[in-house]
Amino acid sequence: MSLPATQRRGRVGGPPDDPPRRARTRRRRIPAKRWFPYVLLVPALLAELAVHVIPMLVGVWMSVQQVNQFTLRNWTRAPFIGLDNFALAARLSSPAGQQLLRSFTTTVVFTVLVVVLCWLLGLAAAVALQKPFPGRGVLRTLFLVPFALPVFTAVITWRFMLQRDTGLVNRVLVDGLGLFDDKPFWLVGPNSFVSLVVVMVWRVWPYAFLTITAGLQSIPDELYEVAEMDGAGPWQQLRRVTLPMLRPVNRVLLLVLFLWSFNDFTVPYTLFGAAAPPDADVLSVHIYQSSFVTWNFGLGSAMSVLVLAFLLVASAIYMLFSGRRAEHA
Amino acid sequence: MRSSRTTAVLAVLLLVFGITACGSGSSSSDGKTLTYWASNQASSLDADRQILQPELAKFEQQTGIHVNLEVISWPDLLNRILAATTSGEGPDVVNIGNTWSASLQATGALQPFDDATLAKVGGKDKFLASSMAATGAPGQPPAAVPLYGLAYGLFYNKKLFADAGVAPPKTWQDLVAVAHRLTDPGKGQWGVGLEGASYTEGAHFAFMFGRQHGAQLFVNGEPGFDTPQMVAGVSQYVDLLTGGVVNPSDAEHENDTEMLRDFAAGKSAMIMVQNYATAALKTDGMDESQYGVVPIPVPDPLPAGGAKVSSHVAGIDIAAFANSKNPDGALKLIDFMTGVDEQKVLNGKLGSLPVVTQAYQDPQFQTPLIATFRGVLADAAESMPMIAQESQFETLIGTSVKELLAQAAGGTKIDAAAVQAKLTAANEQMRTGG
Repeated sequence: MSLPATQRRGRVGGPPDDPPRRARTRRRRIPAKRWFPYVLLVPALLAELAVHVIPMLVGVWMSVQQVNQFTLRNWTRAPFIGLDNFALAARLSSPAGQQLLRSFTTTVVFTVLVVVLCWLLGLAAAVALQKPFPGRGVLRTLFLVPFALPVFTAVITWRFMLQRDTGLVNRVLVDGLGLFDDKPFWLVGPNSFVSLVVVMVWRVWPYAFLTITAGLQSIPDELYEVAEMDGAGPWQQLRRVTLPMLRPVNRVLLLVLFLWSFNDFTVPYTLFGAAAPPDADVLSVHIYQSSFVTWNFGLGSAMSVLVLAFLLVASAIYMLFSGRRAEHA
Repeated sequence: MRSSRTTAVLAVLLLVFGITACGSGSSSSDGKTLTYWASNQASSLDADRQILQPELAKFEQQTGIHVNLEVISWPDLLNRILAATTSGEGPDVVNIGNTWSASLQATGALQPFDDATLAKVGGKDKFLASSMAATGAPGQPPAAVPLYGLAYGLFYNKKLFADAGVAPPKTWQDLVAVAHRLTDPGKGQWGVGLEGASYTEGAHFAFMFGRQHGAQLFVNGEPGFDTPQMVAGVSQYVDLLTGGVVNPSDAEHENDTEMLRDFAAGKSAMIMVQNYATAALKTDGMDESQYGVVPIPVPDPLPAGGAKVSSHVAGIDIAAFANSKNPDGALKLIDFMTGVDEQKVLNGKLGSLPVVTQAYQDPQFQTPLIATFRGVLADAAESMPMIAQESQFETLIGTSVKELLAQAAGGTKIDAAAVQAKLTAANEQMRTGG
């Protein structure tokens, strides 16, 4: 993608009265210029390899080995068992397979809810704060607080609030508003899923808000003025101007939200501990339990690889599909 | 367009591969230093350090070996040990939960205590026989030796008992009857407090009560989680909640904090907990004179084949890493920590039970309270299954019990068939290695 030499020269605008020197300089400098950015990237690439790529490859390799308490110490020489771990994880007739499927379904529903709710809240808040008014800065800052708080601290606070007898949530819902006759459970049983969704949305929606707010800045005011002159109300402006203009932003935002919610470990683990209630047993915690708690690292890796494959395929389809729509738009 | 697509795909890859690895450790090679990972026994990591540091200074004075101490919280300890096991870089000496003994033994990461090695730390007979049973799989050299002893007891609120005119229960039937007498939901008072969402507690009670009904959890390595005896044992525990003597809210207690606070506040009249609770109850404002402790009663008559098991052999073991570059120093430290003098000091300060018989001669361990726990540990305790797959067993059974309690608390009727179904699923999963 480098510019043609003539164009570049025109841009740099070197002194026209000394062509031989200029040519010499260019010959010496161009390779260095070309390589310099790559040299700068090397540390980041190395870190990326060490932190993400190599552990991931090790994980893939572990998924075809029998890595458990008997082989852990010499795990590099653990017996090769091919696809046995995958067969065990994916065999739907076995309890392990059934639980993985249930956990997968829970995770998909959880992810869809979180992505949709975060996006809707983020959009609503960003649009509401689009035009300047007194106190807008304060509100923006307030909205970003959940995202800025350390996850663990924030979720532990939720844990206290969700306790049945002493929690603030039941104090408000039952004692204050009288919505329930009997105090509901929020940390065990079916409601634990609701709690997980609420806490996750609370935690992540500011990111949607932030991204959409940034996206709105790039929409020229003229478009709204023209739309208004054509008689478009706020709803139509949203549909005909804001949303189409936000499409590139939304494309990435939705993907990021999807991957974050699908993979999130800290929120469910902090809320429920290592053994999450079956209704809120999302994949990240389920896999953690299948590997770290029960020492079956091979099986845990196989489950992780399955999740990875699913996310890759889902993300690739999404990018392809949304890309095509963007091109046609 | 092409480049933006490539960038997008790369970005996706980087986002998707959100996997990290960690693990670190340190070891010493000059014979003059040791690294010791201690478990969290006191009220905080710092409190542990303050108790251990002066003792380790004594050790340095005696042997010239300096000990680098790190106190590690329970949620991190096993992960740290596993990381050290895989990397080969770890501490020289480490505390382990004694139920992990056989699993860690199977990894080969711990120095086996064969007779010659045991002799260097005072020999097998120095230790309480029951505690010694929880140091590894039977028939193999132990992977560790006991360090701190723990046992379950039934704590009861003396005032509530006196007000109701009831005596501490001697049989399980008694316990249930007394619990009914002391339950008054209108006053916010319940007969028994539970740690319902803790899967480890669930596993302990399933084991203890299952054994009371004669359950054999593993026969020749085959799991037997769903036998009628196990169903009876698990039902005995869950029935406390379905029977109405436990506050249903207890089903969400994931650790002991709330259970102990409720007991100290008189909201529950009895709790079944290990002796470490005495220190926590003091912090919660309950003086030792305000509660009594008796062994957790067993059904009378005991079901056929049943054993008088009031506790599992709970406690902390101490082990030497096989990779230690200072194995002699490591054994010296273990000998020191399990010596009579240190056992008196450490268990006295930590509220645990000495694991060496001689230490009990010290007057501080001759209170009725300690006598009760010692009696349980010595005569009415069996060790959890000492098998390499112990953690799978604990997770599967414990999670089943936790889910049953949650269902019961939510109003679902839990009968023997429901218990059986849960246990059969757990059994199947254990059998297939899932």
